[in-house]
Amino acid sequence: MNTEATETLTVVVEREIPFPPEKIWRALTQPHLIEEWLMKSDFKPAVDHRFSFRADWGAVDCQVMAIEPNKTLSYTWAAHGLDSVVTWTLMPAGTGTLLRMEQSGFRPDQKQAFHGARFGWQKFFTGLEEVLARTD
Amino acid sequence: MPNPSDTLFKTLADPTRRAIFEQLCRKGEQTVGALTTQAGVSQPAVSKHLGVLKQAGLVRDRHEGRQTHYSAQLGALGPLIDWTSQMTGFWQSRFDHLEDLLKRMDQ
Repeated sequence: MNTEATETLTVVVEREIPFPPEKIWRALTQPHLIEEWLMKSDFKPAVDHRFSFRADWGAVDCQVMAIEPNKTLSYTWAAHGLDSVVTWTLMPAGTGTLLRMEQSGFRPDQKQAFHGARFGWQKFFTGLEEVLARTD
Repeated sequence: MPNPSDTLFKTLADPTRRAIFEQLCRKGEQTVGALTTQAGVSQPAVSKHLGVLKQAGLVRDRHEGRQTHYSAQLGALGPLIDWTSQMTGFWQSRFDHLEDLLKRMDQ
């Protein structure tokens, strides 16, 4: 288990997909394919490239943070007043791929606070679960 | 009007403030004095943090004589929990669409 995932406010979706990483990578990085499963975008596989996802409900502002072809891709994701980072990880699994999406949320001006207090957040959420378990 | 999750993140990003809120969650209603002995900061600082927590709807105060008692309002944490469940649902359905697309794509 990735420790980052348990220490920040994070959403993780993971699925085994019966296709090789190279094929999934194309769907994650080519705009005409991205549009078919996620949203319209002007994505380019270049670090620091700013782009957006557009849907009928609004837009998501993004910037590419890291790229390792067929392995990992991460970009910032700003929408609904909350900034986050979306990280895709592709791991070969038999003839297919274990595809993992991790989204961690924080506000940009609080990046420092979140970083310094990561342990605190984890403790907080664990504590909160205990409290909520006791409450009816 | 700030976004509710925005305010919550900002309020709870401060470790001292979060610790005060945690104390109230664990031990129930407490006075500023009792919170100060555990917080490791001065009473005015604790009062200031409580003011910010109150603004965010995370605590409620009750005056009794010269004392003010504070209690945690767990319902205010809703937007934090909503954000994670909403995004999980969003990505689950996108994974479904992605799988459909991969089936249609050329090798």
